[in-house]
Amino acid sequence: MGFYLAQLLTGLANASSLFLIACGLSIIFGVTRIVNFAHGSFYMLGAYLSYTLVTHLSALGALGFWGGVLVSALLVGVIGLLVEVLILRRIYRAPELFQLVATFGILLIIEDAALAIWGAQDLLGPRAPGLSKAVRILGEPIPQYDLALIVIGPVVLGLIWLIFHRTRWGVLVRAATQDREMVGALGVNQALLFSSAFFLGSVMAGLGGALQIPREAVNLNMDLSVIGDAFVVVVIGGMGSVTGAFIAAVLISVLNAFAVLVFPQISLVLPFIVMALVLVVRPYGLLGKPGSEKGAPADPEAPLRPLNPAGRLAMGAVVVILALVPLVSADFTMILLVDVLIAVLFAASLHFIMGTGGMISFGHAAYFGVGAYAAALVVKWLGLSMVPAMIVAPVASGLAALVFGWFCVRLSGVYLGMLTLAAAQIVWGVTFQWQDVTGGDDGIIGVWPAKWASSETAYFYLALVLCAGGVWLLRRAAHAPFGYMLRGIRDSEIRAEAIGVDTRFHQWMAFTFAGTLAGLAGVVSAFAKGSVFPDVLNISSSIDALIMVLLGGIHTLLGPLLGASVFVLIESWVTRLEYWRFIFGLIILGVVLIAPDGLAGALSRLLAFLKARIRPGTDTKKEALHGQRS
Amino acid sequence: MGNVLEVRSLSKSFGGIRAVRDVSFDLKRGEFLALIGPNGAGKTTCFNMLNGYLRPDTGSVKLLGRELVGIPPRKVWRMGVGRTFQITETFRSMTVLENVQMALISHNRRIFDLFSKATALYRDEALKLLELIGMAAQADRPCAELAYGDLKQLELAIALAHDPDLLLMDEPTAGMAPNERIALMQLTADIVARGHVSVIFTEHDMDVVFAHSHRILVLNRGELIAEGTGDEIRANALVQEVYLGGGSLFHEKETAHA
Amino acid sequence: MLEVRELNSQYGGAKILHGVTMTLGANEVVALLGRNGAGKSTTMKSIMGMVRQKSGSVLYEGAEMLGRPSHVICRAGVGYVPEERRIFKELTVEENLSVGKREKRADAPEWTLDHLYTLFPNLKERRRNLGKHLSGGEQQMLTIARTLMGNPKVVLLDEPSEGIAPVIVEQMAHVIAELKREGLSVLISEQNLHFARLVSDRAYIIEKGQMRYEGTFAELDAQPEVSAKYLAV
Repeated sequence: MGFYLAQLLTGLANASSLFLIACGLSIIFGVTRIVNFAHGSFYMLGAYLSYTLVTHLSALGALGFWGGVLVSALLVGVIGLLVEVLILRRIYRAPELFQLVATFGILLIIEDAALAIWGAQDLLGPRAPGLSKAVRILGEPIPQYDLALIVIGPVVLGLIWLIFHRTRWGVLVRAATQDREMVGALGVNQALLFSSAFFLGSVMAGLGGALQIPREAVNLNMDLSVIGDAFVVVVIGGMGSVTGAFIAAVLISVLNAFAVLVFPQISLVLPFIVMALVLVVRPYGLLGKPGSEKGAPADPEAPLRPLNPAGRLAMGAVVVILALVPLVSADFTMILLVDVLIAVLFAASLHFIMGTGGMISFGHAAYFGVGAYAAALVVKWLGLSMVPAMIVAPVASGLAALVFGWFCVRLSGVYLGMLTLAAAQIVWGVTFQWQDVTGGDDGIIGVWPAKWASSETAYFYLALVLCAGGVWLLRRAAHAPFGYMLRGIRDSEIRAEAIGVDTRFHQWMAFTFAGTLAGLAGVVSAFAKGSVFPDVLNISSSIDALIMVLLGGIHTLLGPLLGASVFVLIESWVTRLEYWRFIFGLIILGVVLIAPDGLAGALSRLLAFLKARIRPGTDTKKEALHGQRS
Repeated sequence: MGNVLEVRSLSKSFGGIRAVRDVSFDLKRGEFLALIGPNGAGKTTCFNMLNGYLRPDTGSVKLLGRELVGIPPRKVWRMGVGRTFQITETFRSMTVLENVQMALISHNRRIFDLFSKATALYRDEALKLLELIGMAAQADRPCAELAYGDLKQLELAIALAHDPDLLLMDEPTAGMAPNERIALMQLTADIVARGHVSVIFTEHDMDVVFAHSHRILVLNRGELIAEGTGDEIRANALVQEVYLGGGSLFHEKETAHA
Repeated sequence: MLEVRELNSQYGGAKILHGVTMTLGANEVVALLGRNGAGKSTTMKSIMGMVRQKSGSVLYEGAEMLGRPSHVICRAGVGYVPEERRIFKELTVEENLSVGKREKRADAPEWTLDHLYTLFPNLKERRRNLGKHLSGGEQQMLTIARTLMGNPKVVLLDEPSEGIAPVIVEQMAHVIAELKREGLSVLISEQNLHFARLVSDRAYIIEKGQMRYEGTFAELDAQPEVSAKYLAV
């Protein structure tokens, strides 16, 4: 009995710290509609700052500890405020995915900054004075600090509830969560409101991190490891609902505390399974409201136009040039180009569901990874050779997409994105923990191509055929009724339903189709590298794909091709440098702030500008409006 | 001629509030029927039960003898019910012509075609529909550029694409200028006059209602309180009280002019 | 009170307003007539600072408002009532009203809750209800009441009679008359010529983003071809 109570109390203590992070995220999302990856960084900074402060103030005893914690939380708030004022304020009107990628850029920058300041080693913080022991409850030792945390969570919830319902600021924040522009027209300074909400949210994240130091070692992975769980809590609770976040945090943490008794490996995937189940029953989370998932309204896209003859010629020329590369270049160029080809197919498949379909996916790496792992597994366990593996793998990822897609297409907006993330995390968690089959962290090695394809040149041609073929198939589908109707559903689900379309089924099939082609990219990648590791499935590789699509420009079919190529080339250059995350983060922010319509957009603006220069009198606006070349 | 639609004792409650109570009526082929009533009288609820978006608590809706209750909207459409929306719903990233083509592609069950060029399919049929509503000249314009009135007209073309037996129009002229209203409803009346399609529409503009409808149903607090021709409805004291108003608006206008 | 000169506005690449010029005098009710898409709402949103790309001049009591954020324009004394009944659906009626609350202005009537509740008796009954539970007509009333809480001197009413039942339209006419009695200046955008004639002193007609007509209703009646051409009645 005592043992179970102890588990329950541990669960509740975890719930409190999870709630602190998640409620900040929820407040920020509610007001600014930004899905803030950097929230994980604020949490991590809170921990680092409080480690430093509390260590220096240890002479002051309890006052030093709690004072240090509070000051760190406030400092994080100030850092959050700076981020909001300097960067995010400029992109509130940008499409939500841009904001997401921008916050990921900020996350990269902060991570390298923390590395430079605090170093790479884990830091073990001091215990809270006066709360460093355990009390015995029903014979079980319970850390006093856990009991303190159990109290802190509900107290914070109560304070926030009072702020939101009893103060004018709170009412304004709730109003702005529903209609920001209207709040401005009623005389409320939106910029100030956003900044203050962002400050409060960041303080909560900082507080969550700062309170964590007696419980876990401070390290550089805290940002990404917490953000996944925080997203889950926010989504289960309903985006923008603080009370919902609390309920969800308790639900997840308590379930987890007991589930690990039965099945110790489950903790990595349990939150995501719970989230998937909750969202299927309640598509807006426990306390969320319909419409809360939507970001800023987007400008309508121009109609799709087939490629003009010059464009066709250019595309053909690119393929021909690529085919001639092996005649003139060295092996390492070809290895790089194979990477480019894989990335292009991967990004194009993501673009199909995200651009054409309007379904946000934060977890597209799942299908790439399933393809890669399926190939590796059949090679390792069934002894199949490359060609059958290349047939099996896309089918496997198609099946995975079929299963996860069934859940995902029931949702829309950010909720959909979160569920795709959950799916990817589940696949990742299973791969990571199921050591006997997948090799866990060690991955699977020895996935080599067939003999005839084993030279760099032969494999390059194979990759060229498969990837160019896959991209061609995706483009063809986009121009066919299948892709047109997918776009139609994106534009107006109501209209599509009203002309006899089963919109969910259609989206489901599109999800599966794109997943299959991502799997093809995955298998080409597995044989190119000769190995697979779980990191092909993690959040970062999903985000890489997002960055490629956005870098190229989401509104054109050419965008992902361009974006993926540039991304791989930059990455191969930058990752050789020491603080590459910092540089990469800066590049991301640069693209988001300078070329929000991506490289394809920037290019077409440049062309229109040059045309106007050469032939004065042509209306550049008209050119730009003429339609997207694809 | 027989009934296209037979509605029997339709009821729907939301959280204890009875939005629609025991509504029954018939619709003949080629009939142009208006459904009017104050805001919140249950018009939209009623409409959404006819086209499958809402499932009634009780009652039945029969289209040419086939039950529609419990059938999802997309299948109701396939059975021959077209609709236009109060706030236009079109595919904004497509051209006018493509919007109509999509309805035809769906009608011909080719939406899962992965290889044909969508813009080349059913082009002529789509153009014919646009000619019918007088929008052929705008065929290649992006939908997002159209004026609101044109979008409403386009919706009519889309709704007619599968040659429906019944057309449901929810406030077809809301947000249009007076002469556009007249033109759109005249167009609809002409199409009805051909005798194949029957139309039910909801409307607040009484000029439109009295000018074109063959018959008018009046809903108030979820109940059908009157039914009849334009003259009968205008003369109905109950309708005047709950909906048309005491005419003080027009009365004041006269005094203001005097 | 309000003077708009050579106002140009655009969304993305699409120019909506082309050199719109108009004035609104003290304690005057002026109707801005035009078809849907003619530029009425864009004119109001531009005055209110809710359109980003614009040029020209919007003078309010002689001060330039163009390029200012909407909260500054609101605080200066311009109230805006949007056309789509943009109430805060998850807030109670009273909370909705409190969002609009601003300081009392020396030179404008002060609207207390009591005063508003006598003007809109339905809202008093429903003051604890959430916005989403109001009927369409009540929501329309709430948007107006919420704007009045800011004690404005000028009110921009975007399509007050659109999409509501005739009985509520009558009530709306009384409300506008009350605003004038209280000394406010009101600009309403309308498609309904009868309603506009009933409540306003004079009219502008806008078509394709350009002003086509300015004058009293008597003058407008004398030129039936004008209303036929631009309003198509």
